[in-house]
Amino acid sequence: MSSFHWDWAFAWSIVPALLTGAKITVFATLLGSLLSFVLGLIWTLLRLKRITAITPAVEVFVSFVRGTPLLVQLYFVFYVFPKWGLSMPALVTGIVGLGIYYSATASEIYRAGIEEVAAGQWEAALVLGLPIRRVWLGIVLPQAIKTVLPVLGNQVVAMFKETSLLSTITVIELLAEATSIGSIEFRYVEPLTMAGFFYFIISYTAARGIRRLETEHHVVHG
Amino acid sequence: MSGSNTLWDFLPFLLMGIPVTIEVTVLAMAVTLPVAVILALGRGSRLAVLRWPAGFVIELFRGSSSLVQLFWAFYVLPFFGINLPALVAGVLVLGLNEGSYFSEVVRAGLNAVPAGQREAALTLGFSPGYRFFRIILPQALPVMIPPFGNALVTMLKFTSLVSLVTIQDLSFRADLVATSLSQSASVFGIIIVIYYALALLLGFGAKLLERGVNRRAGRATPALAGDPHSSVPAWALGGER
Repeated sequence: MSSFHWDWAFAWSIVPALLTGAKITVFATLLGSLLSFVLGLIWTLLRLKRITAITPAVEVFVSFVRGTPLLVQLYFVFYVFPKWGLSMPALVTGIVGLGIYYSATASEIYRAGIEEVAAGQWEAALVLGLPIRRVWLGIVLPQAIKTVLPVLGNQVVAMFKETSLLSTITVIELLAEATSIGSIEFRYVEPLTMAGFFYFIISYTAARGIRRLETEHHVVHG
Repeated sequence: MSGSNTLWDFLPFLLMGIPVTIEVTVLAMAVTLPVAVILALGRGSRLAVLRWPAGFVIELFRGSSSLVQLFWAFYVLPFFGINLPALVAGVLVLGLNEGSYFSEVVRAGLNAVPAGQREAALTLGFSPGYRFFRIILPQALPVMIPPFGNALVTMLKFTSLVSLVTIQDLSFRADLVATSLSQSASVFGIIIVIYYALALLLGFGAKLLERGVNRRAGRATPALAGDPHSSVPAWALGGER
């Protein structure tokens, strides 16, 4: 087929609309990540604490969230939550959906980080007779979170790419902007390619930065 | 309940999504594995003509959104005269995407094989194909099995995206039925439980495979279930000091 050509004028004309969508994409990523970090930490502590009924329930919940597709979870939050009286704007629904989905992953990440904390740290804290709260907040969690920071960073990058799924629950983020331009103008080449390029530039740069931080970190600590 | 249709009437239609989801998972994994091996070999090659394209494909698929890739294959490729059926486009995009991630696993597995094995095979005068498929790959496999199990579950979840390019898998049918019935809670509830059951099943299958491979390789077999030992002392969780 020879009808294909890249229309620069058209490509330029859709930049503002795509940027509007990109802003929503970045916003959803940041808030979704924040929510996932907080929820994930709560799950981790509840899982470690071994409280009857609560800990097993959290374990099942985390496993369930990790074992089912984000898309279906988003549908669930979008269609079912309102029936339970929890009506939220689409963007908030999307952020909640992303936050819950990634909180399960974050919980696994934190747990790995906490297990990494050297036994000597625990022993020293015990010998010093520090209160448990200070052991966790002052000694264990800062070290654990520092070790897993690159992994959490990669999770943000992963979420950034998956925010595109919010387009299925009527959030007008980058991909939704691109497909709506495509369907109105009957030209998908420019909007979809430019959207893909945007995702690539941001996530490639971020992933590179995280990788560099990781290697520098390792160099410093031998 | 709206109209005369009940969830019960739609149940067979919903359940018919299970074989479709499994089919897409299996086909996409069938693309993932060779893609991962080829990309891993390319990335690890001494020749820049192989290393660069492999690196490019890996970064391209890992760097951009998988849903954008899927839409690109579905909406944009026809502009280039390439009209892929939805299933082919879906399976290819999922396979290439996951293959790009899994190539790292394959590379780590291949690197774990001691160099002496390669040298010995070379000295014995085996052909390159024999060296790779009979000497190197079998020894690299045990390392790759646990991540393979994870990749299987990831792929199962990943296949839900193909519902957005008209493939009638579980997610597609759930969305369709939920919008025609007013019982979205039950519909999505059923679907999500089916996905979870399939994921548990795949995870269990992968564990069995891991045990089988480890037994053949003469390594310790992991327990099928159980709590990994935690390094967090009991006193820090509110127990006795």
